[in-house]
Amino acid sequence: MELGPVGHLGDRLFSGFAHGSGGLVVLIVAFVGIFLLALAIPALADDKSSFLFSRIWEPGGDDPRFGIAAMFYTTVISSIIAMLIAVPIAIGVALFITYYSPKRLAQPVAYAVDLLAAVPSIIYGLWGILFFAPILLPVINGLSDALGWIPLFEKPPGDNVGVVFTASVVLAIMILPVVTAISREIFAQTPIAHREGALALGATKWEMIRMSVLPYGRSGVVSASMLGLGRALGETVAVLIILSVPNGNDPWNSSIFAGGETFASKIANNAAEFDSPEKTGAYIAAGLVLFVVTFLVNSAARIIVDRSGPGGRRSRRNRRAGAAAQGASS
Amino acid sequence: MTAITENKPAYDGQALDLTGKSGARAFKNTLATVLIVLAFVIAMIPLLWILGTVISKGYHLLLSADWWSQSQRGITVRRQGGGAYHAIMGTLIMSLITAVIAVPIAVLGAVYLVEYGKGTKAARVVSFMIDILTGVPSIVAALFIYAVWITIFGFNRVGFAVSLSLVLLMLPVVLRSTEEMLKLVPDELREASYALGVPKWKTIMKVVVPTAFGGIVTGVMLGLARVMGETAPLLILVGYSKNINLNPFNGFMGALPTMINQDRTELALQPAADRVWAAALTLILLVLVLNVLARLVARFSAIKSK
Repeated sequence: MELGPVGHLGDRLFSGFAHGSGGLVVLIVAFVGIFLLALAIPALADDKSSFLFSRIWEPGGDDPRFGIAAMFYTTVISSIIAMLIAVPIAIGVALFITYYSPKRLAQPVAYAVDLLAAVPSIIYGLWGILFFAPILLPVINGLSDALGWIPLFEKPPGDNVGVVFTASVVLAIMILPVVTAISREIFAQTPIAHREGALALGATKWEMIRMSVLPYGRSGVVSASMLGLGRALGETVAVLIILSVPNGNDPWNSSIFAGGETFASKIANNAAEFDSPEKTGAYIAAGLVLFVVTFLVNSAARIIVDRSGPGGRRSRRNRRAGAAAQGASS
Repeated sequence: MTAITENKPAYDGQALDLTGKSGARAFKNTLATVLIVLAFVIAMIPLLWILGTVISKGYHLLLSADWWSQSQRGITVRRQGGGAYHAIMGTLIMSLITAVIAVPIAVLGAVYLVEYGKGTKAARVVSFMIDILTGVPSIVAALFIYAVWITIFGFNRVGFAVSLSLVLLMLPVVLRSTEEMLKLVPDELREASYALGVPKWKTIMKVVVPTAFGGIVTGVMLGLARVMGETAPLLILVGYSKNINLNPFNGFMGALPTMINQDRTELALQPAADRVWAAALTLILLVLVLNVLARLVARFSAIKSK
């Protein structure tokens, strides 16, 4: 807007501050990448094993050997399982709030789901391992009995509940509010003409949702899921508390019923080890990979919203819902 | 199950007659309704369970005055007593410093997006970067500050470093909500102000921002609620201290998340377990109060559209 008198000293100052703040945001993100990269490079240069494909993590000593393969696997598999659980439930809750619950109930229910996001993640972690994990044990046993012939579901001996699967279910609960909030916004905006058209053709309520609401909201739900995935990938403390760290000598186990470490939990677990620049550099390199992965996932979410479908025109509203649901912490 | 349906064919028939829909479609419709209600019930279970657990296990320590006025100085995991004053103050001090740094940048950034940069390429870049910042995991924010504050500058692990990393997490939340509110301010208000010859900066400061004030406060509270529960930056950037330390530039500092983290390995001991759940309840209360206040402020200060 170029209205109003310009060129005034106060105007120039204020405009400068505003532009500066905008620029600062860009600088901060750039700095995060640049500083992490600057400190990771020397450590990577000293690395005696393949950083991307090695599963060994021994960054100390004269002969540092470290690779992120194991962490990458645990991070990705736990987040994907969390998505598989959270997204269908979140879509269900969003539909419940927009089209099924009584009008007077919709708002309180939406608040209640948002409250899930307000519970600090360390409390999710504690609750998850102490109270929730024990009831998952029969589920773990059942799944491994039925599907144990697939390595992914092969249960190692013992009744360890601090496994990737448990972490995934708790992550699913934690990302539920984010996915619900955005899906809810977008479902609520399905044009009345679409909905009433479907009903007028004699569709049942479910057919109306399948024919008009779900196609309309598809891109919004996909980007909401990506934002949820981004959160799950970076969640630290809940995962740190829940996942049991395998012994250094144990052979690596790809099962979701074994322990493990994600990028975030590995870094937080070993914060006390940041004593030499080499070691610190190794963890910063791991953090950089996490940053890049979450950057890609979140950019993808943004691009889907901007480019495709009806979600694009309301991208801003979706982001507001996303910001409102960002109460949860890692 | 089958017996019941066989006993009541009339009911099924009636439902079909009324709606004129075939059995399979009516069944699918009912199934979808059941699944959707079930999804909602499943989503509510963890919330109620967590709140129930934390309240029932933590409330009794909160009833004593010591909890709010004493630190854990000299108290071991096996002993009862002491309080969370040091951790509550630590959490409040660190979040307050975060807010003092983040809020002006966020509000000015939002002013830039809405009042100055609207529609330009630069604004789109800024907007994209805010989205990226929203997605930055707290551990990465903490590592970044570690890299700058400790590795490069050689400073110590102190509360202020935590605040710096929390700024990265609070900034996008406040900026986005402020931006939304500024966009809701009707253009007529701006035009009226310009028509009276008020300079642009004064229009923004005296008309636009005050109109959107309630929404900005809401965003700040939501942002504060988000950063208060963060644990990862505390683990990396400041040590836990049982003593009262109100100086964010010197020494270790207690905070509620690290207080929970400290005693959680000793949950077998009753005094430690009590303190863990009481600290968790205190943290949830702080965060919930901020969330509820944010909603109230939002409700009572919403911008009325014409």
